[in-house]
Amino acid sequence: MDAMAGRKPAVVWALNISVVLLVALWLFPTLGLFISSFRTGDQITASGWWSALFPAEQTLQIRVADPDDNRVDLGNGRFMVEGNIFEGEGFEGELNGWGTSSRRLGEFEPGATADLGDGETLTLEQDGSYVWEGDDDQISGRAQRVFLDVVTPPDFTLENYSFVLFDEDNSEGMAKAFFNTLTVVIPATIIPILIAAFAAYALAWMDFPGRAILIAVIVGLLVVPLQLALIPLLSLHNAIGIGKGYLGVWLAHTGFGLPLAIYLLRNYMVGLPRDIIENAKVDGATDFQIFTKIILPLSFPALASFAIFQFLWTWNDLLVALVFLIDASGQTTVMTKQIVELLGTRGGDWEILATSAFVSIAVPLAVFFAMQKYLVRGLLAGSVK
Amino acid sequence: MNPALQGLITIIIGVGGCVGYFYGANLFLDKVLLRPTGPNAGRNINRANMIRPWLFLLPALLALGLYLAYPVFATLRLSFLERLPGNEYAFVGFDNYTKMFAEPKFMEALRNNVLWLVVVPAAATGFGLLAAQLTDRLSWGNIAKSIVFMPMAISFVGAAVIFKLIYEARPEDVAQIGILNHLYLTFGGDAPVQWLQVPFWNNFFLMAVLIWIQTGFAMVILSAALRGIPEETIEAAIIDGANPFQIFFKIKIPQIMSTIVVVWTTITIATLKVFDIVFAMTNGQWETQVLANYMYDKLFRANDWGMGSASAMIIMLMVTPILVWNVYNARKEMQ
Repeated sequence: MDAMAGRKPAVVWALNISVVLLVALWLFPTLGLFISSFRTGDQITASGWWSALFPAEQTLQIRVADPDDNRVDLGNGRFMVEGNIFEGEGFEGELNGWGTSSRRLGEFEPGATADLGDGETLTLEQDGSYVWEGDDDQISGRAQRVFLDVVTPPDFTLENYSFVLFDEDNSEGMAKAFFNTLTVVIPATIIPILIAAFAAYALAWMDFPGRAILIAVIVGLLVVPLQLALIPLLSLHNAIGIGKGYLGVWLAHTGFGLPLAIYLLRNYMVGLPRDIIENAKVDGATDFQIFTKIILPLSFPALASFAIFQFLWTWNDLLVALVFLIDASGQTTVMTKQIVELLGTRGGDWEILATSAFVSIAVPLAVFFAMQKYLVRGLLAGSVK
Repeated sequence: MNPALQGLITIIIGVGGCVGYFYGANLFLDKVLLRPTGPNAGRNINRANMIRPWLFLLPALLALGLYLAYPVFATLRLSFLERLPGNEYAFVGFDNYTKMFAEPKFMEALRNNVLWLVVVPAAATGFGLLAAQLTDRLSWGNIAKSIVFMPMAISFVGAAVIFKLIYEARPEDVAQIGILNHLYLTFGGDAPVQWLQVPFWNNFFLMAVLIWIQTGFAMVILSAALRGIPEETIEAAIIDGANPFQIFFKIKIPQIMSTIVVVWTTITIATLKVFDIVFAMTNGQWETQVLANYMYDKLFRANDWGMGSASAMIIMLMVTPILVWNVYNARKEMQ
């Protein structure tokens, strides 16, 4: 590939197109959900999200105003009803054509006059204003139906978000779950960092017998499935009185996050220049001072990497919350659990599902895009060694 | 108490406790227990330096021991026991295991898990490698990478909703809102398909979710590895007349093989533990059960701790070769 200079334009094109395809494949699923969260339930069921971005052609069926209440006597036995067909419809868009029968849609241009037989006429203008004229018999009883061919511009709404987040009457809202998730995540991110940082320093820069074995054990614990921990730890939590609750879930996340934290931080700290640490020692700094004044500030990138990992992992977690946090009362439900519930109860209501899911996805995505640099760095430190 | 307030207090207590512990224990060691003054100053300093690492390590070791090491043994023990009414246990030997292997649902979970293990790491690593190579010299390569990497931040549950929308099927006479059925009908399918309810193939529709999430991870790491390849090897190959495919497969791949293995094993472990996706999308119906979800069913729905623990041990057993391999490599590296 390094023969760039000699590459044919066709190859460059093929390359660009295949990357565009790849990116589209990875972006569209999320985009679909994102767009759906801004559409009403009716819009979602009427057409796929991909057509929401373009003006939509549709046929509306509307009746003109009720003749018995609205007709005007023109004299000579003639009557007329005047009005605007879009009145009260909150309609935005463009009228392309109209008809008076469902079998002949778009028969007339806007502005044309339809002859309804026996002297009865209907004129419909582009802006929706109409005049319906005829004799006493014709302009009475049921109002005339009109079939409109209209093009509506893309239409998006924030209603779903206000319903999911701020509606007090919505028992399935996400506001409470959002704060519960936040309550789980913050301590579960900060505490392991502190504990791991000290341990990583000891494993990186302090000499003691058994250090190598400890490091090996931590590497081993990195891959132990947390599934094994569920029952023994739940029994333990119940036995010592923690039960199901925030304390339990904080402790569990701390325990499960530690191997990666120690591993990442130790790998990073080992790479710090030896001279700085030895000079500090010669100058009489204690280990504690070296750690707090030199190692911690220098390790900021590694600390940030792990913080992002742990944040994403605890925010997105379902299993640990199910087992250690959420009790029968459901007061402590987190967003992931709430969404799974919604999948069961509101399976077809995509506007609710999409919005709820996006509420839970939005925060990690923001963190991801803001801190991507550290995330990548952390991944590389953890894997390429 | 308001959980947010409780959370705040916990942060303060937790963080304060940690800092207090480390600071206090360190101070206690130097000022009270082994003072570096007087006739025994030298001896005391040495002893203090022997104890200090363990002070720093203590909280981590306690947490690791209690939350990861102890459960392995406790689960192993539970897998040989049967829970009797009144919190009693009876030793049943391998009964839980034999019962489990006789259960069709377990065999289905085992088969599916093997299928996942074959397909997901291979596909995610393959796509990741492809993405890394294609975006390598592209002017907008970093944007492309960001987008492929993005699903990494999305929860399995969120991704499950995203893909459920893709797989959505609606009656034949109304508009399809799931893009897969829309495309399927556009390109000549006869009727909308409930993709998640087609036995065997539905497994692949679930796997797509994990592949979609994990590809970015593979891409980021492999992209860094590709950039680390010495230029000279590639230049030499070009001079020798190698075409781009030969360069990629014969020069680049062999040089990043060890990274590929790391990526592969990391995704393998993630795949073994897959739970949320199946739990949220099919809950193991229509023959999509996997071990982690089977285990959850046994533990928390059937309340059968014996068989639940036995299936957890199966997952542990499948992880063990990777565990041994990782430890072996880590030890080799340190020497």
